[in-house]
Amino acid sequence: MFDFLEGYDVLGAFWMTVKLTALSAVGSLVWGTLLAAMRVSPVPVMRGFGTVYVNVVRNIPLTVIVLFSSLGLADIFGMTLGASDFDVQGFRLAVLGLAGYTAAFVCEALRSGINTVPLGQAEAARAIGLGFHQTLLLIVLPQAFRAVIGPLTNVLIALTKNTTVAAAIGVAEAAYLMKTMIENEAQTLLIGAVFAFGFVVLTLPTGLLLGWLGKRLAVKR
Amino acid sequence: MSSVLYDTPGPRARRRNLALSVAFGVLVVLLLWWMWQKMDQKDQLTSALWKPFTESEAWTTYLLPGLANTLKAAALAMVIALPLGAVFGIARLSDHRWVRVAAGTMVEFFRAIPVLLLMLFANEFYARSTDVTSEDRPLYAVVTGLVLYNAAVLAEVVRAGILALPKGQTEAAYAIGLRKGQTMSSILLPQAVTAMLPAIVSQLVVIVKDTALGGVMIGFTELLNSRGTLAANYANVIPSFIVVAVMFIVLNFLLTSFASWLEQRLRRSKRSTGAVLGAEKVDDLNAAEVGGSYGTGAGGASF
Repeated sequence: MFDFLEGYDVLGAFWMTVKLTALSAVGSLVWGTLLAAMRVSPVPVMRGFGTVYVNVVRNIPLTVIVLFSSLGLADIFGMTLGASDFDVQGFRLAVLGLAGYTAAFVCEALRSGINTVPLGQAEAARAIGLGFHQTLLLIVLPQAFRAVIGPLTNVLIALTKNTTVAAAIGVAEAAYLMKTMIENEAQTLLIGAVFAFGFVVLTLPTGLLLGWLGKRLAVKR
Repeated sequence: MSSVLYDTPGPRARRRNLALSVAFGVLVVLLLWWMWQKMDQKDQLTSALWKPFTESEAWTTYLLPGLANTLKAAALAMVIALPLGAVFGIARLSDHRWVRVAAGTMVEFFRAIPVLLLMLFANEFYARSTDVTSEDRPLYAVVTGLVLYNAAVLAEVVRAGILALPKGQTEAAYAIGLRKGQTMSSILLPQAVTAMLPAIVSQLVVIVKDTALGGVMIGFTELLNSRGTLAANYANVIPSFIVVAVMFIVLNFLLTSFASWLEQRLRRSKRSTGAVLGAEKVDDLNAAEVGGSYGTGAGGASF
């Protein structure tokens, strides 16, 4: 019944999806945290930059961003990100696009997390003489991170699903392979089911595990 | 909130903030200048590449039809997905266990799958099993994919909207002798729809953005797809990307602003129960919370 799978590297394609997800997740976490710090900072220009970045990026389709990274950044501006062959280049550009896009959502999740930290915490920090970056790094962000594990998990799951957009620039991940297979094999429904199952397998444990972790780590108030 | 993180700046802090502002501003300007230089080097700034956008042909042949298709697909998807979502959302609140479980499984399944997979599958399904013409097929496939996914998300919006209403509404309805169906249709749904409006408009932004997937992957001639044709004609890759991105930003920014205006208006309104579903809730719902409703940990006040 599943002999149509022969000759296709389904596991390899899902491994590519996992790699895209993991690298973009790390990238967007770092960049998103920086953006969130900028958006709450006392420096007006940084606040403005963070606000503009988030509002612009959130309103552009991810497909436009990923396609631009390939057709614009790589082909016109020659930004190949140190990759020699086409596959590696596509992968790196996709990670760049995904991380840049997801960072806007990470930033917004973190900002709402910062709002859940009671005012007294920041006030007490200022009262003992801590400056802005000390208040943020030592007092507010650690509590905010523990509060936003749930929302960040949602961002991570959305990111896992969004990696399929990388198929638009020819990265050989799950959706790309599904497109090839569904066009060449007869078992449309079964192929669809296999790939749908693959994504459920990727997202379900992530949601359960991080959901449990989020509940455990949340600051009890 | 942000001002709680730092004291009101005194003279020294004000000088420091100014210095940081200038330093960061210079950095941003340098980045922009570098990008400008790069574009100049690659001849992307020459007026010939930008001229098409000042003439009507580029707009009437490529961009506006593309935009029209984007809006058409988004509107169709929303109109079809909304009643479907309402049915599934209400089914998830049913008193009968098997209805709840069946609806819940469907909703969680379609939220866990990327829209692109649904579109690819629908495209192939229409090609093999129906006699939809190959001209219409991309639109059908895009709308089908969007409907399947968004009906699931909207089902959650409807459910959250109904749950956000005060319990007294149901109790009062039962007290005056309404049956379950009557309570739902004449008491809960009308109020929930009002509470859901901002969330529905925010979801429209997600739908508009997702139509672009159909343009690249199954050849639906929406805005991003038309950009390709336009760029092939005028050889203006970068300018065309910038124009299309700006069009998307403006369109989605209008929708987002409308949603938050609605949200504020509803929160202020004295006639409603004060239950509102905002944009934040939509961000969470789009992520397929397969592990249960842990989104309430941080944004608990988002109702």
